[in-house]
Amino acid sequence: MPNHAAMTSEAPRAPERSFLSIRSLTKSFGPFQALKSIDLEIGEGEFVCFLGPSGCGKTTLLRAIAGLDRQTGGSIMLRGKDVSNAPPSQRDFGIVFQSYALFPNLTVADNVGYGLVNQKKPRDMIIARVSELLALVGLPDQASKYPAQLSGGQQQRVALARALATSPGLLLLDEPLSALDARVRLRLREEIRALQRRLGVTTIMVTHDQEEALSMAERIVVMNHGVIEQVGTPEEVYARPATAFVADFVGRMTFLSGVMEGATLVRVGDQALRVAEAPGFSAGQKVELGLRPEAVRLVEGAGENRLSMRITELEYLGSFVRATLEGEGASPLTLLADLPFNVMQDRAYAPGQAVIAELPASALRIFSART
Amino acid sequence: MSANASFTRDREARVATLLLAGLAFLLVLLIAVPLWSLLSKSVQNSNGQFVGLANFARYISTPALVASLWNSIWVSSLVALIVVPLAFLYAYALTRSRMPGRGLFMAVAMTPLFAPSLLSAISLIYIFGNQGFLKSWLFGASIYGPVGIVLAEAVYCFPHALMIMVTALRLADGRLYEVAEALGTSKSRVFFTVTLPGARYGLISAIFVVFTLVITDFGIPKVIGGQFNVLATDAYKQIVGQQNFEMGAVVGLILLMPAIFAFFVDRQVQKKQVALLSARAVPYEPKPNGKRDFALLAFCLVIGGLLIGMLGMAIWASFIRYWPYNLTFTLNNYNFANFDPQGWGAYLTSLKMAGLTAIFGTTIVFFGAYLVEKTKPAPALRGFVHFLAMLPMAVPGLVLGLGYVFFVNAPWNPLGIFYGTLTVLVANTVAHFYTVAHITAVTQLKQIDAEFESVSASLKVPFWVTFRRVTVPISLPAVLDIAVYLFVNALTTVSAVIFLYGPGTKLASIAIVHMDEMGAVAAAAAMATCIVFTAMAVKLLHLALDRVVFARFQAWRKR
Repeated sequence: MPNHAAMTSEAPRAPERSFLSIRSLTKSFGPFQALKSIDLEIGEGEFVCFLGPSGCGKTTLLRAIAGLDRQTGGSIMLRGKDVSNAPPSQRDFGIVFQSYALFPNLTVADNVGYGLVNQKKPRDMIIARVSELLALVGLPDQASKYPAQLSGGQQQRVALARALATSPGLLLLDEPLSALDARVRLRLREEIRALQRRLGVTTIMVTHDQEEALSMAERIVVMNHGVIEQVGTPEEVYARPATAFVADFVGRMTFLSGVMEGATLVRVGDQALRVAEAPGFSAGQKVELGLRPEAVRLVEGAGENRLSMRITELEYLGSFVRATLEGEGASPLTLLADLPFNVMQDRAYAPGQAVIAELPASALRIFSART
Repeated sequence: MSANASFTRDREARVATLLLAGLAFLLVLLIAVPLWSLLSKSVQNSNGQFVGLANFARYISTPALVASLWNSIWVSSLVALIVVPLAFLYAYALTRSRMPGRGLFMAVAMTPLFAPSLLSAISLIYIFGNQGFLKSWLFGASIYGPVGIVLAEAVYCFPHALMIMVTALRLADGRLYEVAEALGTSKSRVFFTVTLPGARYGLISAIFVVFTLVITDFGIPKVIGGQFNVLATDAYKQIVGQQNFEMGAVVGLILLMPAIFAFFVDRQVQKKQVALLSARAVPYEPKPNGKRDFALLAFCLVIGGLLIGMLGMAIWASFIRYWPYNLTFTLNNYNFANFDPQGWGAYLTSLKMAGLTAIFGTTIVFFGAYLVEKTKPAPALRGFVHFLAMLPMAVPGLVLGLGYVFFVNAPWNPLGIFYGTLTVLVANTVAHFYTVAHITAVTQLKQIDAEFESVSASLKVPFWVTFRRVTVPISLPAVLDIAVYLFVNALTTVSAVIFLYGPGTKLASIAIVHMDEMGAVAAAAAMATCIVFTAMAVKLLHLALDRVVFARFQAWRKR
């Protein structure tokens, strides 16, 4: 089911020339299956993010692509060449780790030139290449410093320069930003993205931060429990999550359990809610409805998908306020609604207040009930 | 694409596998085969025929030998019972009080490590022996026998027990004490409900370590045991005196039992000890407490004084013309040629042996630990090498020495030509002290980012280049630690090498035993003094190197 969803959302924009092609890749650690038959195509020059909670297999997949941890089964093709069993040194990639893994006893220049020295390039060529790379990552005057003398963000840039030094065809980034503080992280996001566009190097980044994935990737591969849940553009993944897991992991979503009543009508408690479409679901089937908090609107007057509710809690989150709404009746619904700050100022909502919430049919996503 | 094809393409994996196989072969030769020789010798008769447990039956039916077994057990237990509480209190003073001079007291307690174990026995002979100035304090009892053994072993074992206790007491969670104090718990109740339970694994571990050290020590009972026989001296007599290799092997195997038992107890204990301290624990900071600190200071002064006294006595005696009748200063005792045909040669041989052990041992241990810890291929082989590296911990030096005797002297063994050479002494000593050095190296390597090898692979740089350019420079302090550890222990060890030296390769520590045997106790003390001063000088040099060299050549460590 998840793989099927992955295929359909990928279909319209399948890369014309596959740069990296992964076929039914599996990886087991004893009885534990870290990767369960992964299929994935990545086009040349793409920026792809592997997104998922810790333990979902995203890093395992990255390390298998790099050849650092060999897969149990399946194949990996790089530029049409089977590299499934090639050692890392015979694959064409540069890698940046969360810890940066800079050699502490070597200067910044020696770190960046580490791979070049081994290629037996002439000395002045190495020096030129190193200063070119350091300029590229915005550290032109730090060449003779040691890593310990640099800030975290600077160390990350050196690691990036080192990974790019040998002009690899593939750049792998393993949670490169998680060790940095929030402000530096935001700036480096943009820098890495800009650098990638400029060089056109195919890039795979592993992250557990959905915001990072949404803002940087051209395509996101959402993973959970060793399978791909969805592959799609950030917009597709956010607006049309293929599974309840994706919906919940990428952005916030309230879930309501219900039963199909008609083609597009779902009974939730003692309410009937209209959905825009429910392909593949039939009457009597148990389903789950998902709704983003920012899609909920507080309105006046009754109507379809409008519920009388009460505000039980208001949580200030800076630019918006997250309201917890509770319905009436024997089995009341609970909803989250994000209210923009200006709306809050105009209406002056307060806990205990009765409101009417509209759950737009177009914003209600329908999923098969989780077991 | 088959796995085989990729294997031939992966040069790095091939090199790593080859090196690991070479290391495994070397360790099997240095550690496993000698132990196997000991084992098989114990179930053979003198013609090399298999006789099952006949040797063991003969052992049990020989009253003199069984008496030694009993002697060994009660003496070792008594030493453990004396030393561990003292070490606990001393460690408590070092870690849980604000008494002055804690660093100095720690250093003082470590001094026995720089001397051969039998040095304290020599000192005791000067103090309580037939000509001892405090002989009357023994109320007619003789120092030659269990009394002397217990006292000397207590000195020898004290630093070992202390290191375990200090580690255990340092692992305290300060928050537990804050909670106890907040709840108004009395000091004694805190001690019995928080401090003691926290250190209980350390206490168990220390008891077993001390027991094993004593039961397998050869030097002290040899020098001060008199007619009191223990297992270690029995093994020596059976092998060297009576050439009864089979019975020697049986004694060796019996000595192996408590050591193996202690090894497994220690492993269990260490697992639990680590679990005691959660990642979020806060280190305990003792508050000043005048009365407590004064009492502990007095205690440490007494113990530290005794330790220094034991060391100082032998050193002083080595400069005295004729104890106790002519106490004038002389250097005659250092004219070793008068007492031993080798003269100063034994000392020089010791230096050479220790130097070679440090050089070869450090190289093999560190590179071996790197292969085990940082390379990917052949996981089974890496596990096997790690197991072999941990094995010597459970094997007392005396037992390993016996194993070497049987192995090297085996008629089928072409390596027999090495018997009595420096080569076999170095090999044996490297094997004897392999485990601690290996653990030091592994601990250091674990602290290095695990992704260095991955980054190198992505940059197409083979692991041996990264080992040379990054791993070794970063690890220099640990490498130096290992070298000094091996050097000092090679200098002071007696038990393993006593069976293995040859005409031209007598070591200083063995010369001490021989000179003492001939009654030249002052010369024995002089040779021991040479060893102590050399070992301490090396240690001081090590400290100086650590300060100066690393400040100058490791600028990258500074922020």
